Amino acid sequence: MAGQGGILDDPEVRARWEGFQWTAENARKAKEIVARYPEGRQMSASIPFLDLAQRQVGAETNTQGWLPLPVMEFVARELDMAPIHVLEVATFYTMFNLQPVGRFHVQVCGTTPCMLQGSDDVFKACEARGLRKGHTTEDGLFTLTEVECLGACANAPMVQINDDNFEDLTEESMGAVLDALARGESPKPGPQIDRQTSCPEGGPTTLKKMAERNYDYRPQWNSATVGEGA
Amino acid sequence: MGSVTPISDKDRIFTNLYGFQEPWLKAARQRGDWDDTAKLMQVGQDAIIEEVKASGLRGRGGAGFPTGMKWSFMPKEPKPGKPNFLVINADESEPGSCKDREIIRHDPHKLIEGALIAGFAMRARAGYIYIRGEFIRETEVLRRAVAEAYEAGLLGKNAAGSGYDFDLFVHRGAGAYICGEETAMLESLEGKQGKPRLKPPFPAGAGLYGCPTTVNNVESIAVVPTILRRGAAWFKSFGREKNEGTKLYQISGHVNRPCVVEDTMSISFRELIDLHAGGIRGGWDNLLAVIPGGSSVPLVPAAEIMDAPMDFDGLKAVGSGLGTAAVIVMDKSTDIVRAISRISYFYKHESCGQCTPCREGTGWMWRIMERLRTGDTDVATIDKLLDVTKQVEGHTICALGDAAAWPIQGLIRHFRPELERRIAERTARGMLEAAE
Repeated sequence: MAGQGGILDDPEVRARWEGFQWTAENARKAKEIVARYPEGRQMSASIPFLDLAQRQVGAETNTQGWLPLPVMEFVARELDMAPIHVLEVATFYTMFNLQPVGRFHVQVCGTTPCMLQGSDDVFKACEARGLRKGHTTEDGLFTLTEVECLGACANAPMVQINDDNFEDLTEESMGAVLDALARGESPKPGPQIDRQTSCPEGGPTTLKKMAERNYDYRPQWNSATVGEGA
Repeated sequence: MGSVTPISDKDRIFTNLYGFQEPWLKAARQRGDWDDTAKLMQVGQDAIIEEVKASGLRGRGGAGFPTGMKWSFMPKEPKPGKPNFLVINADESEPGSCKDREIIRHDPHKLIEGALIAGFAMRARAGYIYIRGEFIRETEVLRRAVAEAYEAGLLGKNAAGSGYDFDLFVHRGAGAYICGEETAMLESLEGKQGKPRLKPPFPAGAGLYGCPTTVNNVESIAVVPTILRRGAAWFKSFGREKNEGTKLYQISGHVNRPCVVEDTMSISFRELIDLHAGGIRGGWDNLLAVIPGGSSVPLVPAAEIMDAPMDFDGLKAVGSGLGTAAVIVMDKSTDIVRAISRISYFYKHESCGQCTPCREGTGWMWRIMERLRTGDTDVATIDKLLDVTKQVEGHTICALGDAAAWPIQGLIRHFRPELERRIAERTARGMLEAAE
């Protein structure tokens, strides 16, 4: 998580966020979220509420958002929870930022499958552009965090920037993604090489018909034919 | 024994695995999902459980517990105020694993239909899909697919015209590997820190909100509708005895073409890699070792893995495990000590801190692994490290302690000479420097 140092409670932060309330849109979402859980089990909504609150803070500050203490206290009131229980949750899960982050939260996976495929090079591309692990660039654009496995190992190495994955990276393509973001562009998420999701590069070894059309294999279920594409 | 030769496309369950086609209801129906689901349910709860048992399906989340048997532990007559719950584990966080993501974003209706059938079979009124926090786009797809299913009457009251009421909710976490452990997942779903519970009571007795609960992996649930449509015997016709079915393999690391692919259980490692991943980078002589089931299972050296069958028993026989079938391939360019040390760091990072052996042990083991990486220690440390892994293993509430211990044990078992070489080199260098 960004800012594992602890929870800030300074007067300025309190003054800025004391009056935090859901936006009309988020108030509607909050209602929808609570309805997912049985009556009296509204505490189940602690994670979704903190996520929603962090996103709202992000929208209000044009960053990826964080959780100022008064905002967590607001969530506690909304869910009828003791504030300490909300703080316990916020400090346990890595996606909750306890300190402000930049416009783009660059989360590079450094776990073994990505490491084997060159996550060192991905970090190099970041460092060459002034990004440092655990820090936000001075222009407030990028926060760099090394994260643990994000579950896209067949497309390693990868990075999650805000809500999108960029996969099959090299030092060059990672640099290109960061440069495009800095220019205000929206680089295309997903594999950064010519490849369809987690299909083998160069084309599928199975289910080739599916690449052409939405094929229904059921008529062949009882046939004895074997072999690819049969 | 079933066939272990590669399967043909007609026998693949996840036909839209790569997302060449749309994941939405209309396209999914054209591929065969939701085809008269009510009829599949008509046979009754016990018959469904028997069919799943007969298919040989073992849990796809790593532990390999028979799925049908797990369902049979649920109360047949839920007590008032204590409904049964189904929880689907989509927390996919074990390094190397990336299969549930493909099911969720490309074939979500297989999962949703499976949830209804499984929920019905275990007499659950509602199900929760707990998806990992970082799967943000995947959650968007899943939520839309669930909404489509509700709109089409496939979920909710009289779901799919079956006469059974079943609700399904999507709950997204916020980043914590440990929430993949079933009782930690329940804690997290209740809105708390994801710290595993002591067992017993087991979730089937007291799980979510203290109610009977079964937690199943995404893949285990998503294969069920196809098993019921094609019959237990069909599923059982693939793979070796007690290792039956088809399986999503996730191949990462030093192969020419990393990928996710569905094939028969028990396929040989060599065939899997040559057929689907374009072979080992630099050829088979360049293979160093493989972690065949996700980061928590011990590595297997090249010579032992090459012709091993990729199944529960085959990988157990070479001192490892199938886990989630997340195959991490390492060629001879790999710094094997760093590769394992990075896994040790992962477990240190992900320990929930509840049990002392794990909280303290994972950090200590990682620090020692880093010294072994540079050789900055003595040979006796290797034995001390091995001893500590045994002190952690089996002495914690959940299996994270074991998962942190096994990769190190595997490294010492197979690469002790490499560890000793680094220490000797470093020592010699130190003596040279001192002499200068």
